[in-house]
Amino acid sequence: MSSWIAQGGLQIREDPTESCEADNGFCPDWIAENFDRYVDPFFEHVYLTVVAVAIGFAISFTLAVIAYRRRWLINPVTQVTGILYTVPSVAAFFLLLPVTGRGKTTALIALVAYVLLIIFRNVLTGLDNVPDETKDAGRGMGLTDRQLLWRVEVPLAMPEIMAGLRIAVTTTVGLATLAFFAGAGGLGGQIFADINFKSNVVVAGGLAVLLAGLLDGLILLGQRAITPWTRAAAAR
Amino acid sequence: MSTTLAFLGDFGDAIDFVFNERPSPAGGAEVGGLAEMWELMRPHLWLSLVSMAIACAISIPLGLWLGHIHKGGFLAINASNVGRAVPTLALIAFFVAFLGIGFWNLTLALVLLAIPPILTNAYTGVTQVDPDTVDSARGMGMTGAQVVRRVELPLALPLIFGGIRISAVNVVATATIAPLAGVVTLGDPIINVNTYGDEGRLAAAIVVALLAVVTEVSLGALQRSVTPRGLKLQRKEATT
Repeated sequence: MSSWIAQGGLQIREDPTESCEADNGFCPDWIAENFDRYVDPFFEHVYLTVVAVAIGFAISFTLAVIAYRRRWLINPVTQVTGILYTVPSVAAFFLLLPVTGRGKTTALIALVAYVLLIIFRNVLTGLDNVPDETKDAGRGMGLTDRQLLWRVEVPLAMPEIMAGLRIAVTTTVGLATLAFFAGAGGLGGQIFADINFKSNVVVAGGLAVLLAGLLDGLILLGQRAITPWTRAAAAR
Repeated sequence: MSTTLAFLGDFGDAIDFVFNERPSPAGGAEVGGLAEMWELMRPHLWLSLVSMAIACAISIPLGLWLGHIHKGGFLAINASNVGRAVPTLALIAFFVAFLGIGFWNLTLALVLLAIPPILTNAYTGVTQVDPDTVDSARGMGMTGAQVVRRVELPLALPLIFGGIRISAVNVVATATIAPLAGVVTLGDPIINVNTYGDEGRLAAAIVVALLAVVTEVSLGALQRSVTPRGLKLQRKEATT
């Protein structure tokens, strides 16, 4: 890095890669030299995604478990989270600005609001799909409602819950590229900073796609680890 | 106007911006007012409509056909997963950097964005049709094309419209960042805040949010109205 700075302006201009940059082209050399600038935004992006999905999961999982027993809650919760889901995140960031100011809090509120519906719906579907016979067997073994929920219903709903989590994570990575509008940084800020420069767009956009794939894969691995019986059933 | 809305604070100013013109903070022309909001909304709607029309023209026939021959499920299902993993901003930036700015380049990006949900839903809708129903249609002497048009399409319509609804809301939302690709839409006050000021930006955010909700609600109503009566009866029986 320091040697690059020491080269001075004139020499860089004569460098063949410089014409590539002037053309806004795709320049592997430029990417190799400037990769540093994407590291911080990348981790801001990871932070926004993970924290938003974690909070969103905590809220919507709780709501789904409550609504599972008290069915009348399903419609109002679906309608309210449905509206939150429909409001475009760019608009949500600016609607929140006068209330919560610029920064990560604003971005996180908008991102959390967006994932609620996705996770709520999947958790509820998962719980509803647990076979009645299985629940009866659990009750017959003397499980209380609470034990039945945590030992039978939630584990059996895990594939659907995890599917919802995967959708939520990939969607949030995408929406977090707009979080820079709320002053929360992330890879979108880099894309926006020089949208005509191919190298920049490919690296910043590519990192976002990579992050989505990575988190998606991690959840899939986690799901396999905590639901070993699904594999046993498939093998039979 | 501004005094009656004063209790709403910044939001009052923003609502005032929608209805009344004011000098631009950057100097020069007047900004705001219903006429200008309409000037911004018209291209927003047009861009969304053109993109959705092209996306539907491609993905509905493709989804119906793949579903009819029961092939290409991997493509049809995974299109949605891949589509979701590519951030809309990255997609548009990619088109701007490699193809340049302009209405049709942006339309192409929005079409790519809109295709996956419609394709996946059209495919799923057709494959979900009861095989017995298709068999009896064939037994009545219907040709392949007739089966698609008279049996599979009507029964898949609710899901297809569900896909259109998802895509349309997404496209309307994404058209907000269209000014990055050189197309002026309701996102212009959001991107060029120097010209329109803070209240203009908030006003645009409010209008975009309303537009998305209206799109969602009206397409939801349309989805219910295209659901064949038989399917509605079936569902009522299933719930009782």
